Amino acid sequence: MSVMLQLDDVSKTYKVGAFGGQRLVAVRDVSFDVAAGEVVSLIGESGSGKSTIGKMILRLSPVTTGAIRFDGNDVSRLKGRALKEYYRRVQGVFQDPFSSYNPIFKADRVFKMIKDEFFPHVARSEWEQKLEESLDAVSLDPVQVLHKYPHQLSGGQLQRLLVARALLLDIRFLVADEIISMLDASTRIDVLNLLADLKARGLGVLFITHDLSLGNYISDRTVILRRGLIVEMGATAKVFGNPQHAYTRMLLASVPQLHRTWEEVATELETTPVEAIDSRLKVAYARTAAALEHDDPTDSALVEFEDGHLVRRYESAAGRTAPVAGEAA
Amino acid sequence: MALQVDDLKVYYRTLHGDVQALDGVTFAIGDGEIMGLAGESGCGKSTLGNSLVYLTGRMKYVSGTVTLDGAVLPIWDFDAMNPHRFKHVSVIPQYAMSALNPTRRVGKMIKELLHARGIPYKSVSDELLRRLELVGLGGEVLDRYPIELSGGMKQRVVMVLSTLLDPSLLVADEITSALDVSTQKAVAELLVEFRERSFVKSMIVITHDISILSQIADTILVMYAGHLAERASAKVIIESPRHPYTRLLISSLPEVGIRYDDKRLVGIPGTPPALLDPPTGCRFKDRCPLAYEKCAEQPPFVEVSPGHSVACWRETP
Repeated sequence: MSVMLQLDDVSKTYKVGAFGGQRLVAVRDVSFDVAAGEVVSLIGESGSGKSTIGKMILRLSPVTTGAIRFDGNDVSRLKGRALKEYYRRVQGVFQDPFSSYNPIFKADRVFKMIKDEFFPHVARSEWEQKLEESLDAVSLDPVQVLHKYPHQLSGGQLQRLLVARALLLDIRFLVADEIISMLDASTRIDVLNLLADLKARGLGVLFITHDLSLGNYISDRTVILRRGLIVEMGATAKVFGNPQHAYTRMLLASVPQLHRTWEEVATELETTPVEAIDSRLKVAYARTAAALEHDDPTDSALVEFEDGHLVRRYESAAGRTAPVAGEAA
Repeated sequence: MALQVDDLKVYYRTLHGDVQALDGVTFAIGDGEIMGLAGESGCGKSTLGNSLVYLTGRMKYVSGTVTLDGAVLPIWDFDAMNPHRFKHVSVIPQYAMSALNPTRRVGKMIKELLHARGIPYKSVSDELLRRLELVGLGGEVLDRYPIELSGGMKQRVVMVLSTLLDPSLLVADEITSALDVSTQKAVAELLVEFRERSFVKSMIVITHDISILSQIADTILVMYAGHLAERASAKVIIESPRHPYTRLLISSLPEVGIRYDDKRLVGIPGTPPALLDPPTGCRFKDRCPLAYEKCAEQPPFVEVSPGHSVACWRETP
């Protein structure tokens, strides 16, 4: 699989405070990549910077330092025609389907806008066929959804219309930011499966979510984000099957599971030994458990725990009490 | 029985007619019971919760009775309900995080609220501090403005405030849905703690998230389109549901450990019916894979085994 989207040490700093005098680091030195035909989930709690990363990929917000590359080209340098070409390839779908539409106009206006903007010279009949194909790809019946106002459609239908809109553009990469969370339980799984279908068509998908069970269900790789920093990343089965960072473990222990109680999960995680493969990593886990309390992200680094599975390790800094290996577990 | 609801019907008035959001529900909650109320948006779960406490302008009481600790609650009469609210029935509203007055310090707001109810602040202030301590907040939160608190903190302030007078029944409406997973767990566990400490006798926890209920609820009531679908202990609802809707709903939930390439889950095709002019008979029949002629008639909500009630003709021949 070839790398499609690549983030290199991307950081985002916002100016905050009365006169913009203070700085808030929302994203700090984030590096990961997404290949074609791959779903990567970006998991974090509120304030972790997950949506900021999605916005930077979509050029809705500039990066402060670092680079985002799509097919090797730096996204932030794109201008004019090249930027438009970028949007032909990369699109986003967001959390609230109702606020993505103008309620005064019919929902299929979003398709017309795509045609006017990107395909002005395509013949009507050809366009209609294209539209039908992309509606078919998201399992929507044109009779049920076309010529309707947004309030006449369900959240699941609106969300699928937005994916269909993106598919009209021969996209290769989709940023899906919390696209499931506003949907009802009985329809959300269909939208999730839709992402799997896109992946089968060779698209790269960045699935941004706070819900670990959704991320686990759909993604090939997982990136866990905390306060703008990646704390753990790797193949989904490895990150969820053998979580190393204290934060990942805490998240996993907090997810309500249908068939297991919170106590059962917590006990299991406590009794699972921390499989540190070398002394360096034993320190890594012990440090991070303590680091959950008062962490200073500036003196930490990601280390490879096993093949492709990276865990953040905190260097022991002078003057700070560094717990001895194993103590935290 | 702490709470007994009999054939309660509450409709919404609209320009086009009445929306039959809550169309004849009957159930009871025992002392010390936490009942989860689950269903999709628009199924009537919030309408049910609200109508036990506060009927808003558009809500129209149609029929039915609500009995709390042996006394009938006059839910149709806004003023007559006033002595009961906060003291006997209390609610943690949906979006409790925006329920605090942004222009008052938390302590001042609580004082004003108690004053409005004719309760001297002094008589409850010790208990208030003790409970704030319990939820991990401390007394200094009273000097803060709501904007200075995080979502989880505000949620906990509202929880303490709503249960300050030890109500008999607490309605908690979607109180965990806007929170992060770790805060969500803490808040859910506090609800159980409040019950253990008898701050509230019994509880209705409304949520669309059945997995939260599996952690904290004793029993679960599943609603669909204004009707009751199924009610049983939390374990039975999750392990062996009998209503087709509950079965499909439970089987469509992704869990940690399930991946789409091992097991592709499926949703329930179709959408819930509009309740302005609801279909006759079973309201789930258009989406139900097991529907047959009999479903044109509304199935009764009957007990199929001890403590397990279902409204489905397939289960009650």
